[in-house]
Amino acid sequence: MNWAAVAAIYRFEMARFFRTLAQSFLSPVLSTSLYFVVFGTAIGSRIQEIEGVSYGAFIVPGLIMLSVVMLSISNASFGIYFPKFLGTIYELLSAPINFIEIVIGYVGAAATKALFVGLVILVTATFFVDIRIEHPFAMAAFLILTCLSFSLLGFIVGIWAGNFEQMSLVPQLVVTPLIFLGGTFYSISMLPPLWQTITLFNPVVYLISGFRWSFYGIADVPIFWSLLAILAFTGLCLAIIGWIFKTGWRIRS
Amino acid sequence: MTAILSIRDLRKSYANGFEALKGVSLDIEEGEILALLGPNGAGKTTLISTVCGITTPSSGSVTVGGHDIQTEFRAARRMIGLVPQEIALEPFEKVWNTVRFSRGLFGHGRDNARLEEILRKLSLWDKRRNAIKELSGGMKRRVLIAKALAHEPRVLFLDEPTAGVDVELRKDMWEIVAELKQAGVTIILTTHYIEEAEAIADRVGVIDKGELLLVQDKDTLMAQMGKKQIEVMLTEPVATIPENLAEHSLVLNDAGDALIYTYDTNAERTGITTLLNDVAQAGLVLRDVQTRQSSLEEIFVNLVSGGPA
Repeated sequence: MNWAAVAAIYRFEMARFFRTLAQSFLSPVLSTSLYFVVFGTAIGSRIQEIEGVSYGAFIVPGLIMLSVVMLSISNASFGIYFPKFLGTIYELLSAPINFIEIVIGYVGAAATKALFVGLVILVTATFFVDIRIEHPFAMAAFLILTCLSFSLLGFIVGIWAGNFEQMSLVPQLVVTPLIFLGGTFYSISMLPPLWQTITLFNPVVYLISGFRWSFYGIADVPIFWSLLAILAFTGLCLAIIGWIFKTGWRIRS
Repeated sequence: MTAILSIRDLRKSYANGFEALKGVSLDIEEGEILALLGPNGAGKTTLISTVCGITTPSSGSVTVGGHDIQTEFRAARRMIGLVPQEIALEPFEKVWNTVRFSRGLFGHGRDNARLEEILRKLSLWDKRRNAIKELSGGMKRRVLIAKALAHEPRVLFLDEPTAGVDVELRKDMWEIVAELKQAGVTIILTTHYIEEAEAIADRVGVIDKGELLLVQDKDTLMAQMGKKQIEVMLTEPVATIPENLAEHSLVLNDAGDALIYTYDTNAERTGITTLLNDVAQAGLVLRDVQTRQSSLEEIFVNLVSGGPA
C-alpha cells in the first residue's frame, strides 16, 4: 500500500474543507436551526409524541441523516469530479497508486467532512430538544457507515458525471426524494397501509430507522435489516468502483 | 549506455477502429534528451500517456528502468515525471501545497528542503504561498514542472512544454531542461517547434499517423538528410540556364538572376568547384554566392509528407 499517497490525497481534500471552514460549520448549524424552527416548533407543536418521543427529538436522527447523506455524496463527487474537470486527474492516473488507495483517500476525506457536519448538527440539536442516545456504539457505527457508503456513491457519481449538471442530478432527483420519503420527518407507521408497503422498497427507510433506533430504541423495521441494508449498499458501491477502475470507465481511455 | 525506457511494438486502438499507435518501438538511453516531432494527431501525446499509465495500451510492452509499466506499475511510475501539455492545476491551492501533494502522491515522505530546492531552481520560491490562480501562465507552467520533479523522477516527459509561451520563457525552459540533463534526468519532449528540438535534443524522433518514422541522433540526422544549397547570384539576369550547366540540375529563380544548386554535404564530391568553373565558362558574371542548410523543419516536413528530404 502507498500510504503516503493516501495521506496526500486525504490531506489535499481536507485542505479544501478547511479553506471554507466557516461555511462548512455555519451552514449546517443554520439549516438545522431552521428545520427545528419550522418542523420542530411551528409544526411539531401540533403533532403529538411518536412512541413516547417528542416530535422535535424524533426528527433529529432523520435530520442528521439528511445532511450527512447529501454532504457525503456532494463531497466525494466533487472531490473526484474536480480533477476530471480541471484535467489534474492525469497526476492520479500516472502515480504509483491503485484504485483502493485512491478510493480510501477521496472517500475517507469526504466521509470525514460529512461526519464532522453530522456531529455539528447533533450538537446543535441539543440546544433545541432533549436527546438521548440509547445505543451510542450503534449510533456511531450507523453514522460512520452512512458517511462511508454515501461517499462511495458520491465517488461513483463524480466518475460518471460529464458536467456539473449531471453531478447534481443524482443527489437532487434520486437521493433527496428517497430521504424525504424515507421517514426523516415521520414514522412510516403514520402512513396508510399501502404506502407503508411501498415505502419498504425505499432503502433509506432502513437507514433512518436503524439510526433512530440507536437514539430512542424505536424502529420502523427490524435493526438487523437496517444493518444488512447499509452493509449491502456499501458492498454494492465498492463492487461498482472496483469495476470502474478495472475497466477505466470514464477515467482512462 | 543503458536503455532506461524501452518500448516494444506498442499499439493503441480505439473502439471506433482508430489506431493512434501502430506498433511503436523505441529505446531511450539514460541521460539523453529525445525530441519527438510530429504534426497534430500524430500520436505523440498518446505515446506519452500510454507510457505514463494514463492510457491503457492495446498491445505491446513498455519498461522503465527494467520495470514493466503494467505488471510493476508502482516501480515504473515512481521513475517517471510528467509535465502535461495543458495547464492543469487546482486554482485555489497554494503552490507549496500542490507541489507537496505531488511528492506524496508518488509515495515520498515530506522533504521541505528538497521542495525548496526545486522551487528555487524554477524561480517559484517567492510564489510558494500564492494561490495558483494568482500566477501568470508562464509561472503555472513552472509549477507543472515543479510538480513533476517533486518525486525526483529519473525520466521526465515534457509534452509540448513551451506551447504558447513567450520567447523569453521558452529560453528559460531550455535552460531548465539543460540543467536537468546535467543532473542525469532522461528527458523526452514533444514539440511543434523544430528550433526547440534543434536547440536542446540529443536525438530526434519523428512520429506521424501513429508510426515512428525515424529516430536518429540530431547531428547525424542533419548531416545525413540535410541538403545544402548554394545560390549563385548573377550581375545580369538570364532567360534560360546555359546548356553547359545542364548536368548540374540547377534551378533558375523567378527573376532569372540567381542559379540554385542543391548538393549533399556528405557526398565525396560536392561539385561546387566544377559548377563555378562552368558558370565562368558560360560567360556569366557572379554578383554574390550564398549557402543555406536545410533545417530540421524542412527535414520533418519532407518526412511526414513522404517527399524527398
